[in-house]
Amino acid sequence: MSFSHQKLERTAIGFTLMILLVASIGGIVEIAPLFTIDNTVEEVEGVRPYTPLEQAGRDIYIREGCYACHSQMIRTMRTDVERYGYFSLAAESKFDHPFQWGSKRTGPDLARIGGKYSDDWHVAHMNEPRKVVKGSVMPGYPFLAKTPLDTDGLPDKLTALARVGVPYSADQIKDAALDATRQADPDAEYETELQERYGENVQVRNFDGNPEMVSELDALVAYLQMLGTLVDTDELSKEEVLR
Amino acid sequence: MTERFFSFLVVIPILALGIAITSFGKDTGYVAHGWIIVAFSIFAVKRLINDWGTAKSEKTLTYNDDVVKIGIIAAVTWAIIGFVAGDILAWQLAIPSLNADTSWSNFGRLRPIHTTCVLFGFAGNALIATSFYVVQRTSKARLAGKTMPWMVMLYYNLFVTLAVTGYPLGITQSREYAEPEWYADLILLVIWIAYLVTYLRTLARRAEPHIYVANWYYLAFIVVIAVLHLVNNLAVPVSISSPQSYSLFSGVQDAMTQWWYGHNSAGFLLTAGFLGMLYYFLPKAADRPIYSYRMSIIGFWGITFLYLWVGSHHLHYTALPEWVQVLGMTMSVVLLVPSWASVFNGLFTLNGAWDKVRTDPAIRFMMVAVLFYGLATFEGSFMALKPVNALSHYTDWTVGHVHAGALGWVAFLTFGAMYKLVPWVWQREEIYSVKLASIHFWVALLGTFIYVGSMWNSGITQSLMWQTYDGDGNFVYAFIDTVIAMKPYYWARAIGGLLFLIGGCLLAFNIYMTVQGPRARAGNAVAVPAE
Repeated sequence: MSFSHQKLERTAIGFTLMILLVASIGGIVEIAPLFTIDNTVEEVEGVRPYTPLEQAGRDIYIREGCYACHSQMIRTMRTDVERYGYFSLAAESKFDHPFQWGSKRTGPDLARIGGKYSDDWHVAHMNEPRKVVKGSVMPGYPFLAKTPLDTDGLPDKLTALARVGVPYSADQIKDAALDATRQADPDAEYETELQERYGENVQVRNFDGNPEMVSELDALVAYLQMLGTLVDTDELSKEEVLR
Repeated sequence: MTERFFSFLVVIPILALGIAITSFGKDTGYVAHGWIIVAFSIFAVKRLINDWGTAKSEKTLTYNDDVVKIGIIAAVTWAIIGFVAGDILAWQLAIPSLNADTSWSNFGRLRPIHTTCVLFGFAGNALIATSFYVVQRTSKARLAGKTMPWMVMLYYNLFVTLAVTGYPLGITQSREYAEPEWYADLILLVIWIAYLVTYLRTLARRAEPHIYVANWYYLAFIVVIAVLHLVNNLAVPVSISSPQSYSLFSGVQDAMTQWWYGHNSAGFLLTAGFLGMLYYFLPKAADRPIYSYRMSIIGFWGITFLYLWVGSHHLHYTALPEWVQVLGMTMSVVLLVPSWASVFNGLFTLNGAWDKVRTDPAIRFMMVAVLFYGLATFEGSFMALKPVNALSHYTDWTVGHVHAGALGWVAFLTFGAMYKLVPWVWQREEIYSVKLASIHFWVALLGTFIYVGSMWNSGITQSLMWQTYDGDGNFVYAFIDTVIAMKPYYWARAIGGLLFLIGGCLLAFNIYMTVQGPRARAGNAVAVPAE
């Protein structure tokens, strides 16, 4: 061994190529098949791309670095499932560019936070989390309610997402800004249109309780309220029992 | 002439990128970044035209230590900023009102400042500086290039500056340890290739037939980080007018790619690179040869092969296919073998010089670093076991584990190496105050113990609370109960971190006074064989 290694030690380029070769194997074996094996991400009914308003909320979630304290991944363990709900399915994050599974639970998991609390609760909580939950260590985000949402940039964002594989149609991209405003519309005048365009499980209402403008808080609450709600997990539990 | 051509080949595209950002950018922070890129590039062009290239022909008989000096200063500066940021975050968890509830000052935006400063700013600069020093000595050759090493140093620190100033403004990919956005990533990619080329060109000049073991590790660090950085940051920018981008992969594939990257930043930046540092500075400082050549080979190829398999242990019980989880867990256990081969190779190198551990704080730092490396790698393999991970994951135990490695191994080794390297490159007799270095050692060790100990306790306590059921099968604790229970540990951690920061300031002061002090009587750093 040491004899042949001494030969290798005499060539910098050879040594570099050897490192490249040896180091590549693990990644190739573990990562490449994830793109080719079909059942890595099984089809699940209800999963759809985010609406422009939800995607804008997700971008705020990313901007604020929420992943530092919140996971979005319910593991298959009993204690996770009983605290947070049905375990997370691969399909539920298939339109997540980037994924936000997280690595730390300074706060609770958010994978199925949607529908657990009212919009009012979220609005109050984002403004003053430590008032709403005694003992909380979460920072407050009062500035979100005061900041109007930049909807003009949404078509560009959806275009970029379409480039990385999210199936947005040309119409969805063209009307992204309008659709975002309509989803936060207090009178929900365009509910049917939006549900036809994005799916039946789109929630349309004034999320932040302020009818004057579409704020960043509207977008964030819209995102939080849909997290984990796309798939009918009761139906999945029944199927599991039948199996 | 050709080298200057290649240097301009690096500068011009980066300058063009900066100008494009200033012209088309919409957000204030993003446009400011454009101006910073332009400013760095104009500085580079001026220096390229004036002194880096033309002044005198390259003196191949002396070592280039000026660029090493800048690297040391950069590493220490980023270390202090990173330690301060880290301790602010620790205090924010102990006293949440310190968040001030404004956008730029909240925990989520500040956290990557800490991680980027210590990972890329401190550890990265320390590795670049020491690698430039070590490759020259072990090859008995001057660093290749008159301008390229400077370009590497300049633009690498531009990358760190862009990353760190972007986070408070909300410019982030929110991918752990890969937060910098696409334009900063592009700059790092270009400059990292320049780094590899500089390194290989220097090795090509070597007067020694064999490449010394420290260089194997530095090479592995450079090559693998290049691959990881490239693959993990594949993304489509929204447009030139926006700093934002969307990653090419999504969901499961994105998670796996990210943790393949994340774990191997620890594997190749924080492990392989620093083993390179160890394999030069420990034998040199102790004046003893490496204990076993054979163990170096096993350790090196074992780490290079195995590390890339283990990232999936960050994704146990998730939607990642089970076979990848089990494979990652298995390889994590096997990884302990080459890791501990390096530990024992390091410790046995001290045979015959153990008295110096008592008298020389630099060697004491390095010896304890090796012990922490042994502890952290054992702990890492243990936490990768699925049942253990069920307890440890998502808790402060992980934070404690990372800091056992980052404070105890990476920082301790760097501190030890710096106390030797600074007098060597500035040609001083020795460090300004050995006593102060010794105080630094004890303060830092105490800080590390308090930090890691409190995080072990908080992590295990919280996880057990999450899993406690009463007789009827209901949870005993609401989530918030488990947060409130963390309070004493958060305070302890912040105090431990503060001690570590104080130690860092002692180091900075000691380096400053050494550089201000008188020169040693010995002559210039001439390229004579290092034994």
